[in-house]
Amino acid sequence: MSEAFLSIRDLKVHFPTTDGIVKATDGLSYDLEKGKTLGIVGESGSGKSVSSSAIMGLYRGTNAQVSGQIILEGSDLLTLTDSEMRDMRGKDVSMIFQDPLSAMHPYYTVGNQIAEAYKVHNDVSKKAARSRAIEMLDRVGIPQPDRRVDDYPHQFSGGMRQRAMIAMGLINDPKLLIADEPTTALDVTVQAQILDLLQDLQRDFEAAVIIITHDLGVVAEMADDVLVMYAGRAVEYGSNKEIFTQPQMPYTWGLLSSIPDVTGDTDVPLIPIPGNPPSLLNPPKGCAFHPRCPHRDKVPDGRCATELPELLAQGSVPTHLSRCHLTDPDRVYEQEVLPMIAPDRVGES
Amino acid sequence: MFAYAVRRLGIGAVLLLSLTLVTYFLFFAVPSDPAKQACGKNCNEEQIEQTRVALGYDKPWIAQWGDFMTGLVKGRDFPADEELRANNPNIVTHCAAPCMGFSFVNQQTVNEILSGAFPISASIAVVALVFWVTGGVLFGILAAMTKGSFLDRGLVGLTLIAYAFPSFFIGKFLITYVSIKWGWVEYPAYLSIEEGGVSGWLSSLFLPALTLALLFLAGYVRITRSYVLESLSEDYIRTAKAKGLSQRTMIFKHALRAALTPLVTMIGLDFAGLLGGAIITENVFAYNGLGVVALQSFTSDDLPTMVGLVILIGSFVILANIIVDILYAVIDPRVRLG
Ligand SMILES: Nc1ncnc2c1ncn2[C@@H]1O[C@H](COP(=O)(O)OP(=O)(O)OP(=O)(O)O)[C@@H](O)[C@H]1O
Ligand SMILES: [Mg+2]
Repeated sequence: MSEAFLSIRDLKVHFPTTDGIVKATDGLSYDLEKGKTLGIVGESGSGKSVSSSAIMGLYRGTNAQVSGQIILEGSDLLTLTDSEMRDMRGKDVSMIFQDPLSAMHPYYTVGNQIAEAYKVHNDVSKKAARSRAIEMLDRVGIPQPDRRVDDYPHQFSGGMRQRAMIAMGLINDPKLLIADEPTTALDVTVQAQILDLLQDLQRDFEAAVIIITHDLGVVAEMADDVLVMYAGRAVEYGSNKEIFTQPQMPYTWGLLSSIPDVTGDTDVPLIPIPGNPPSLLNPPKGCAFHPRCPHRDKVPDGRCATELPELLAQGSVPTHLSRCHLTDPDRVYEQEVLPMIAPDRVGES
Repeated sequence: MFAYAVRRLGIGAVLLLSLTLVTYFLFFAVPSDPAKQACGKNCNEEQIEQTRVALGYDKPWIAQWGDFMTGLVKGRDFPADEELRANNPNIVTHCAAPCMGFSFVNQQTVNEILSGAFPISASIAVVALVFWVTGGVLFGILAAMTKGSFLDRGLVGLTLIAYAFPSFFIGKFLITYVSIKWGWVEYPAYLSIEEGGVSGWLSSLFLPALTLALLFLAGYVRITRSYVLESLSEDYIRTAKAKGLSQRTMIFKHALRAALTPLVTMIGLDFAGLLGGAIITENVFAYNGLGVVALQSFTSDDLPTMVGLVILIGSFVILANIIVDILYAVIDPRVRLG
């Protein structure tokens, strides 16, 4: 693996609660290269937001226990002091959130909030910060930015608010932008515009992007690499092409079969994954997915229920990793899964 | 905003006049004899009747209210009985508009009584307000920032204890210890700004204002603490943190701003209840403010003074409410006045 821009190693984020320890992220590892886009997918509660917030250091000063390594350009963010981390936040690494209405302070103007993000990292006058905010609003496609800069968040539409949040996130030209479900709260046409905008800006700003989403369609379109998370862990990691054409982990198969085929155009019935996401207080022993896995009987000795599989390269591609005991996942996928989700692609690869 | 304020003031004025009407009505609905009070203990029936006529208490209550309204608009001469005035020009008192009446118990116009007492009460109230709001907000933030710690519990607990003690006890305690025994401040006696300058005025207010402030402090600590904590878990605070803002900016600019609305609401409500606290405080410190005037007027059936108090205090409550409503819109841009 080449020298990665961002390298997460064995990241754990545990929340002590009165019921016990919630292991929201439990041994997560992945890499992201400079200027690339990583899509993180997984069901609700799989730890996508928590693991990404940990990169931003948002759990500092809370009772959350964070361990492991978050190496950004060679330095481990978890070893930085609080004030060093504060300097990075919003400057080298920034984050935009799901619901732009609640993510903005209702009592301050959009311009004030964007300018604030610039001013905190740059020793400039109020006026300079304001004109920089106007410039960024213009850049993200807000019409009449010099007038809208003085509007309050409630005077913006949902799409405009998310554009404003993107402007805020990019104002300091960060190396890494984390977008946590940036389009979930928006309607479909606006979603597409925001995603286009993100792609455009990424090219201009040359930032690496982590995009968190439920929507595999978004991932297929935006991501260079894909990380599939389940119960706080990576269960599959690979390039966009590998994940969508040669997925190796039954959970990924489940995700693919529960959405309309993103590469083909057939009308096959959607098959939801049976059961519910596991409790993070008491995750299942062995592979956390085994209680819901339709293929667990193919593994001898019930190992799925007792032994946690390693995240390993299973096939010929060394960077395509998955966490599964199946010895021949490619064959199972070709013969049993593909006919169900995309019959027209059987035998293609 | 201006039109809104003018309209609210108009409604407030109507409300005030209705309040005086109600006061007149209620005063005469209960069995009491203001003429007997004004005449004194040793009056016989005949003298009481004379007093009644002289003071105008013989007229129907609505006519008396009418006279009162005339006084407000045009001014009046006292005593109310014209014949008496004509025969004894030397006892006539002219009371210019807006005349709130003449207190026979005190032999002074109500305007004089109130303008003597008002600055004292207002001084205590304003200084107390500054004490309890700044103290409450600062302690509340401190408690929120150290949530669950010894300091947090200490602050919340101590202010609650101060609240639980009766005001007269705290007042006596402060006079006895802080002033007499330890000599940290001079024995409290009211000094106006003309008499003592700003510093003399302030130091004469220190103990009474503190006593009054302790009555309200606990509530403000709790409100601030809980609203700051609540807003710290809001999404926009997460955004603020993600921008790289310092803890201080996050709390003072973002979290506290969200707590302003409930704080302003509380201040508006407490403003109305301030007189109750002031009565006790002023009595403990023997400051002749509105609290003392109110107490006296009620025990001596002094209707004109009571009505004057209703107008004065009522206008402040109404004004405070208008200001609070305008402040809502200033604080929260989503609020529209109208
Ligand atoms: N501060 C916290 N204290 C306790 N548990 C928490 C805390 N924050 C998150 N969790 C738990 O951690 C788990 C993972 O949360 P996370 O927000 O990362 O999920 P997610 O994958 O982003 O889901 P979604 O798609 O719904 O956003 C959830 O079960 C959540 O309840
Ligand atoms: Mg999430």
